[in-house]
Amino acid sequence: MRRRTFLLAGLGATGALFVGWSLRAPRQRLHPSLLPDVGHGSVALNGWLAIHPNGRVTVVSPKAEMGQGIHTALAMLVAEELDCDWDQVEVVYSGIDKIYNNAAAIVHGLPFHEDLEDHPGVRGVRWFTAKAMREVGVMLTGGSSSVRDMWEVAREAGATARAALVAAAAARARVEPSSCTTERGMVIAGGREYLYGSLVRDAALQRVSNVALKSPDRFTIIGKDRARLDTDAIITGVPRFSMDVSLDGLLYAAVLMPPTLGSTVTTFDRKAALQKPGVRAVVELTGSRFGDPPGLAIVADRWWQAKQALPALNAQWSVSPHATLSTSGIMQTLRSAAAGNDGLPFRSDGDAEDVLAASARTLESTYESPYLAHAAMEPLNATVRVNVSGAELWVGTQVPGFARAATAMALDLPDDLITVHQTPLGGGFGRRLEADYVAQAAAIAKALPGVPVQTIWSREDDMRHDFYRPAGVSRMRAGLNAAGEVTSVVVHSAGQAPFRALGARLGLSLVTDGPDKSTAEGTFDQPYEFPAMRVSNADVELPVPVGSWRSVGHSFKGFAMEGFVDELAYEAKVDPLRYRQLLLQKHPRARAVLDLVAAQSSWYTPLEPLPNGRTRARGVALHWSFGSVVGMVAEVSLGDAGAFAVERVVCAVDAGLVVNPLGARQQIESAVVYGLSAALYGEVLVDNGRIRPGNFHEYRPLRFSECPVIETHFVPSTRAPSGMGEPGVPVVAPAVANALFALTGKRLRTLPLRAEALV
Amino acid sequence: MSASQPGGMLPSPPNRVQRGTSPADGDLPTLEVNGAVVEVTDSTDTPLLWVLRQSLGMPGTRFGCGMALCGACTVHVNGEPVRSCVTPLSAVIGKRVTTIEGINGAVMDALRGAWMAVDVPQCGYCQSGQLMSAAALLASNPSPTDDEVATAMDGNICRCGTYPRIKAAIRAAAAQLNSARAAGAD
Repeated sequence: MRRRTFLLAGLGATGALFVGWSLRAPRQRLHPSLLPDVGHGSVALNGWLAIHPNGRVTVVSPKAEMGQGIHTALAMLVAEELDCDWDQVEVVYSGIDKIYNNAAAIVHGLPFHEDLEDHPGVRGVRWFTAKAMREVGVMLTGGSSSVRDMWEVAREAGATARAALVAAAAARARVEPSSCTTERGMVIAGGREYLYGSLVRDAALQRVSNVALKSPDRFTIIGKDRARLDTDAIITGVPRFSMDVSLDGLLYAAVLMPPTLGSTVTTFDRKAALQKPGVRAVVELTGSRFGDPPGLAIVADRWWQAKQALPALNAQWSVSPHATLSTSGIMQTLRSAAAGNDGLPFRSDGDAEDVLAASARTLESTYESPYLAHAAMEPLNATVRVNVSGAELWVGTQVPGFARAATAMALDLPDDLITVHQTPLGGGFGRRLEADYVAQAAAIAKALPGVPVQTIWSREDDMRHDFYRPAGVSRMRAGLNAAGEVTSVVVHSAGQAPFRALGARLGLSLVTDGPDKSTAEGTFDQPYEFPAMRVSNADVELPVPVGSWRSVGHSFKGFAMEGFVDELAYEAKVDPLRYRQLLLQKHPRARAVLDLVAAQSSWYTPLEPLPNGRTRARGVALHWSFGSVVGMVAEVSLGDAGAFAVERVVCAVDAGLVVNPLGARQQIESAVVYGLSAALYGEVLVDNGRIRPGNFHEYRPLRFSECPVIETHFVPSTRAPSGMGEPGVPVVAPAVANALFALTGKRLRTLPLRAEALV
Repeated sequence: MSASQPGGMLPSPPNRVQRGTSPADGDLPTLEVNGAVVEVTDSTDTPLLWVLRQSLGMPGTRFGCGMALCGACTVHVNGEPVRSCVTPLSAVIGKRVTTIEGINGAVMDALRGAWMAVDVPQCGYCQSGQLMSAAALLASNPSPTDDEVATAMDGNICRCGTYPRIKAAIRAAAAQLNSARAAGAD
């Protein structure tokens, strides 16, 4: 192999060919043991795609499909450069390998302000981290990073494969490769058409160098609406999710987990449970560092039998060490911590405290937000079969490497004896960045060697044993001069550190050491040009397990920040949208987003009452997260007794170049619905050590009739793509709260937003 | 190495079902599922959802809550939408059950066409139930008002937020069915 040479390598075990190239090592290296399993006679041209003799193109995805449409977007990136026929494209899951490690998500987890993106020092640290993460990092779908992570590598894979196909056709036609063109899965060489499928064996022998990517003005697929690839399977009910897995002799497990935080089983009746219909085994669970708690499981012929047998265990539990822990106490703890000023500083510009103390007057507001559950539609489940020579795992996961590690740990086997079969996820939202349910399923299957066991959580299990979005209190202070203009902003917040908690469970010391960006993101990293600003957070340890919930820290810090900026606008007696623009003189991206959302929402045209007499008003919010800027205007109407409805939501988004505008609009719609569910209803209460909500009547998601009209507009951009799945979430709650203030004069600073609070 | 893909390449379900065209003799309960009479061995208090998913090998009907709160498990019993997670087997013995795997006809064709055209699904987990609720609505009410659509669909939760597209797709399917009917009447 030569450096700086793209090299297409030899035949693999199944007669498949693959390529590794070293120009951008190690990402384009592919160890032969990890050849995509594309079947006999097919040719894997590299770790990212294979072309079959019949012309079919298989794109290999290291990213989990969980509704965000990444498999379609990834296929678009490859197809753009490959010039293949879109109807021939399919996507399969990759295996687990370094080349698939996610650099973008981890790099974005570094605690830098968005403004420093192009700063040489920050670029250096990010480059080094990216390099390190590719070697030692994790395969991860999350952090709105998938397109960012794949943007170059997927197009390079397509372009390299295309160049090899062109070289093969040119050799056959005895013409120069530069005289050849490609279209819809054919090379046109010397006036003849060569189908890709017919060239692929020759192509695998070609050495290709100097592969150039298309300039954006030549894109024919990227940037155009593309319907997702999997709709047909979804609307016909094809088995798809990990819970749909069906295997010969499959048994099912139901679990009993602690009813209160930290309690353990003291006694239980194994015999009585074993006598119940269909029951095959009772398994004691010890729990693991992946976060699965101790408890009991029943394995039966059918899940319903296992579930029905749980009461027969008559399990007794120890008194919870947190038996007096309740939401009111937790919020008091957080308020006390936020009232002080101890904690990690994330930003300190211009002696903000001194400026504040010397200001003509000050404004102080405290914003509060509750714990939230993920509540994805598919309750957690995983299927494990322990074999003589290892084990197999069927699972929908955002972290396949950790799912494998959790299985290996539970079974006391090395990682490489675990085969992972990934399926699409029935929703992720950050919950499946965890491997607790996998470790548990493996521990249960261990009791029945040779037998596949599917462990299924009930909805109540899923809701009461989550890793929750942390509760938070943010004390926002501003100094104002005599004219009401802001001189200084000081933010001190308190809450648990979710990345650190996740890092500890997954054994990622890179994440567990140092400041946890997720405790302060959404405040310190926003672009507002305050004359002075200080942001700090007090990490508070509490026994409620916390993790990553769609947009993580931004999900509630955005509410505090954008509510407070709205308050500052009213103090300055400036229109709230205009006020934000004045604070963004050096931030043209953010200003353009505000311009677009103002125009599309008719911001400066007052809203008339609805025909039924309900009054209406608008609220605006702006937020930077995951490299993208989102502006949102919510139109809210008011009925009797404070009852309000969100009628229309207009979003403007700068997410760089948008690969699939249709999919991107769906992500914003999704963020609005997910964000509104949280803003209007979301609240996980703790009651004497118990997590209170168990099912959807106690943790209410937005329903069909409550869904507003949602409009999404993109700022045209040639920047590389940035995040899309999460950046729409943080703006939802503040846009609605700010509209409610415009409508009623009442400033709601506590989530969820309650009609009673307006009366 | 897995070859699971969006199109679905999970292992196919084992045949645990005795199929026939007429009710079978014997003591086991029988019901008609997607046009086939089947005999099942589950106890009669077992929710229909689990009979479909785990005994009959039809996992297209999905488990979301177990309390008739989310609609992911919606099937048709004698043409009416029911939540199969709270419907015991005893309640459907001798009845006609239709699931996402077996439903077809003009209404579902129109809905599926609209679902594709509007690009409705995201993760897809709730969509079987969404489609079954929508099909029951349009079968009984060919021209529903927005309020009637909302009433019919309010029991189906989607956490990905496909509501606006479901609304557009139901409207498109109804319009297409009505214009087809009008053309047929001419």
